[in-house]
Amino acid sequence: MAQTYRSMLIDPMVDNNPITLQVLGICSALAVTSSLKVALVMAIAVTLVTAFSSMFISVLRSQIPSSIRIIVQMIIIASLVIVVDQVLKAYAYEISKTLSVFVGLIITNCIVMGRAEAFAMKNPPFASFVDGVGNGLGYGLILMLVGFFRELFGSGSLFGVTILPTVNNGGWYVPNGLLLLPPSAFFVIGLLIWAFRTWKPEQVEEREYSIQAVEAH
Amino acid sequence: MPDQDTQINTSKNPIRRFLDASPDGTAKTVTVALGLCLVASMVVSAAAVALRPLQERNAALDKQVNIIQVAGLYEQGIDVAKSFEAFEPHVLELSTGEFTDQFDPYKFDDRAAADDLTLSIPLQDDPASIGRQAKYVTVYLLRDADGALDKVILPVYGYGLWSTLYGFIAIEEDGNTIYGLQFYDQAETPGLGAEVDNPRWKALWRDKKLRTEDGAGELAITVAKSPPPEGRDYYVDALSGATLTSRGVDNLVRFWMSERGFEPFLKRVRAGDI
Repeated sequence: MAQTYRSMLIDPMVDNNPITLQVLGICSALAVTSSLKVALVMAIAVTLVTAFSSMFISVLRSQIPSSIRIIVQMIIIASLVIVVDQVLKAYAYEISKTLSVFVGLIITNCIVMGRAEAFAMKNPPFASFVDGVGNGLGYGLILMLVGFFRELFGSGSLFGVTILPTVNNGGWYVPNGLLLLPPSAFFVIGLLIWAFRTWKPEQVEEREYSIQAVEAH
Repeated sequence: MPDQDTQINTSKNPIRRFLDASPDGTAKTVTVALGLCLVASMVVSAAAVALRPLQERNAALDKQVNIIQVAGLYEQGIDVAKSFEAFEPHVLELSTGEFTDQFDPYKFDDRAAADDLTLSIPLQDDPASIGRQAKYVTVYLLRDADGALDKVILPVYGYGLWSTLYGFIAIEEDGNTIYGLQFYDQAETPGLGAEVDNPRWKALWRDKKLRTEDGAGELAITVAKSPPPEGRDYYVDALSGATLTSRGVDNLVRFWMSERGFEPFLKRVRAGDI
């Protein structure tokens, strides 16, 4: 594969985005996007974990026994996630309170495992690292987009700064309560996928079946 | 790079020989698994141990900020540790309402006590859904410049919809008027149940009364959709869209303010004994 580092970093943003094209990592994208600040921290955490786990797995790739390969990958990913969680608790206590269980759930984020299995097991460490950063950023980009809509229309603010004063606080904006609940992220992500595929029609998957034309008798 | 499938090793160096061996052999599988687990566990424990002091400080600071806030003394940018010195912590024995010298109030861990079999009692009738109730809790007294009691800050907790809400309730020196209620740890639905943190809702608690007849009567305070027969002084409007969280707050406040909670202590506050 003649991929340049540049393309490894840029491709996962739009052309090969883990959320909108590969449709991975949806669970956490639902859970942490009700406010931008939390989404940003989550994006950084996932980027770090994906990058470093890919790197370490790549370093060890020729030594990893294939029979326990998934477990080995999980151990590396899980250890990194715990370290990230501990660091957040020590240096960003408020945010770690909001993220609570979702930092731990990075372990089960399919993007991290997916990159480890699909890329890091076959490529050298630095390339894997860059690939991990790229995919983390691609995930983060969608998280921020979803977070933008959900926070703006759900609580009338961006990064906690009031943009649309809500009725609860004496303003005029009646917030859309649905956007604060996880299912709304499905709608936003669905609309984003639609937008991406309208912009880049080559992302549209081929139909698995086609309706046969039957001639009228 | 040597071929990994080469089974014949001629190297004298045991590490080289190990690295060159096929990764799929039993011995190598076991060694890699053990080695990796060892390294991973060391990394994780190192991070946990190295960062624990910072984490504990954060948690303690967060609690102090909440105590200062519930007492209405918080302003942006104050020195938390210094402001917190105004508060006088005591470990309280709930059943008697007396302070105890058994524990150091600066070290006593309320949450650990609630889980400790010797320091807590299991609850049969358990409106706040907390399972076990500690026999001892830390309360904070705030005195005015003359040393007279100004407010008491009492820890309360109970189950809402998704989470246990941990908070503090500040009661005025008359032992019956609420000054404020604030939760420092909860994971209710953002925008609905989590509105327990909304300053406008918290402001509703100010000057509400716990009991009728200046404290001598029945426990009347309630979080509900409409005022109780005792009147608006005992009524906090429930959060719209968060029926179960509101019910949880109602239950936990009524539980902790009852005879099984802080009532023995509040009786002493009302009598002016503190």
